[in-house]
Amino acid sequence: MGSGIREVAVVGFAQLTALEDREHNEVELIIPAVQGALADAGMERHEIGFTISGSCDYLSGGPFTFVSGLDAAGAWPPVKESHVEMDAAWALYEAWVAIQTGDVDSALIYGFGKSSLGDLHEIMGLQADPYVVAPLWPSMVDMAALQASAFLAATDYTESDLCAIAARSRRAAVDNPYAVRVEDATAQELLARPVTHTPLRDSDIAPITDGSAAIIIATREIADARCERPAYIRGIDHRVDAQGLGLRDLATSASTKLAAQGAGVSNGPVDVAEIHAQFSHEELILKEALGLDDAVVVNPSGGPLGANPVMATGLIRIGEVAARIRSGSANRGVAHASQGPCLQQNLVCVLEGDQ
Amino acid sequence: MTAPLMQHHILEYPGGYTRSVGPAVGRYLSGLRDGHIVGVTGSDGRVLVPPTGYDPVTAATLEDYVPVGPAGTVTAFTWVNQPRPGKHHLTHPFAFALVRPDGSDTAMLHVVDAGSPDAMSIGMRVAPRWAPARRGYVTDLEAWVPLADGETPVPAPPNTNEDVSTEPVTGIVTPISLAYDINAGVAASKYLRALSEKRIVGQRAKGSDDVYVPPRGTDPTTGAPTEIEVEVGQVGTVTTYCVVNIPGLSENSPEIPYVCAQILLDGAHTAWFGLVQGLPADEVRMGVRVRAVWADDPGPDARSIKWFEPTGEPDAPYDDYKAYA
Repeated sequence: MGSGIREVAVVGFAQLTALEDREHNEVELIIPAVQGALADAGMERHEIGFTISGSCDYLSGGPFTFVSGLDAAGAWPPVKESHVEMDAAWALYEAWVAIQTGDVDSALIYGFGKSSLGDLHEIMGLQADPYVVAPLWPSMVDMAALQASAFLAATDYTESDLCAIAARSRRAAVDNPYAVRVEDATAQELLARPVTHTPLRDSDIAPITDGSAAIIIATREIADARCERPAYIRGIDHRVDAQGLGLRDLATSASTKLAAQGAGVSNGPVDVAEIHAQFSHEELILKEALGLDDAVVVNPSGGPLGANPVMATGLIRIGEVAARIRSGSANRGVAHASQGPCLQQNLVCVLEGDQ
Repeated sequence: MTAPLMQHHILEYPGGYTRSVGPAVGRYLSGLRDGHIVGVTGSDGRVLVPPTGYDPVTAATLEDYVPVGPAGTVTAFTWVNQPRPGKHHLTHPFAFALVRPDGSDTAMLHVVDAGSPDAMSIGMRVAPRWAPARRGYVTDLEAWVPLADGETPVPAPPNTNEDVSTEPVTGIVTPISLAYDINAGVAASKYLRALSEKRIVGQRAKGSDDVYVPPRGTDPTTGAPTEIEVEVGQVGTVTTYCVVNIPGLSENSPEIPYVCAQILLDGAHTAWFGLVQGLPADEVRMGVRVRAVWADDPGPDARSIKWFEPTGEPDAPYDDYKAYA
């Protein structure tokens, strides 16, 4: 990064997932994540300079749920606070910018969603154009399936390749205590199962997941004092594609490619990548757009196919990469987050440990 | 473990959302109503369908509308085995597809009524099947249907909708209804279950004296979990109030004028929102002491407390509640 950029690192991370949580409400779902991230960072609530969340009111069908979500973070004396109606990875971007202004030195970012309360796939379909697309009620899965259809038609990939990604993700998820869907099955076994949304099978579709995640980021001064091996944000960028699905080439992701360039993915070797692919084919599109070769370990956590707590899933990608850097198992990694129908908006974050 | 408290919840706006469509979408929907498909020429000469008001690359205003179709080509599809009643306009299985109308450079998302997934393929030719009664809505093009070699598309029949205007479409009404099963959560469930026993139970965090009622599971000042339950009084002080002179929409709404108040229950540190009855509206005041009036059959429901009525005690001095007013 150029001069004048403040170095910012991930110093704390916690997540919480469940297949269908009927015990806790949204606020109660956030509490352990926030407390966990603070404990991980060794910081107290009052030391945090900026608080921001990412969530979607439509998930629970109530207005301003993010305001009550703040109860879980604590807001008195009045805190500097913001919210994005986006995956919390975008909240992390805003927090990073807030630190760049010099106004604050640290931030708490959290994302949460109880997607099991309503029909997630139907709800997310309402992100589409409200005049000529949403009134036809295509679901989030229908639109993803259209992208998969266009992608397979434009490339040499087949449904078998999609099953290979699903099989690898489900197997990797076995070792992830936060994954809600794990299975040790071969691609051939998955391929033999029925297609549910041509050309996708159930195994190609991220599971409905309730959950939350929180991350603490801070300047180098704080990070080096609190954290043995902080995961520094070396680059972060996000871009958006045209809204009309027919206006873009669905077999590629132009916005991811630009965001990857902006974040400087190719400026060094990539050890690990966590990609916000809610459907198998999305990983192939995104891997290409991010410029990752086959040597890169992709979604060692199992990725969104293992757990997909909507509005926190993208933030978890950043947390998972940061955790691997902080543990020393990786030195440089790429985290990707996505939002909107057919990968409309994409964020790329490059994280690195000190050499 | 006791069963979680759940509430079925429908999110909708009666009659649907009224949307202004603007010139480009208006032109498109007017075209569908009149039985043809309209695109627009972009800055680079590409024809875009549906038309956009602004070029997706240069953001230049686009106004060069052109007819496209009527036949088209499927560029992507997925099969829908189970149409959702009240949502999908077709009631039998169909395909969602991206269809590129002839003369267009982009594809539009719509449905293909092909009977069977086996009839679908990428590159297949399709033609519009028009709804007989059209109103300037995206389903005026009822569905795309397979077009055999040598077959020509059937033109739209005359519109049987006698009420429809022939003026350009400027707005649409889109019904949206979403269903949820909301769960109350741990803290709220304890509070609601106590209401069925005619008790009011709040919570506080370790190390704090502040009792929150209704409890949300955390101390909102610190974010600390509130694990300690505290039963609070059923008598409290009106800290502030509002006289309502607008009739409520529900048939259960009280007669106007009625009074909504913030009531600080004895032992609680947050004020509670409730109705005040048993006192003429013009006699309600800050500091008046009130007690909860329970429903005959209380349950785990906020309506278990019908309203608050005056206790007849002397008013609380302002200093007692000024921090909560």
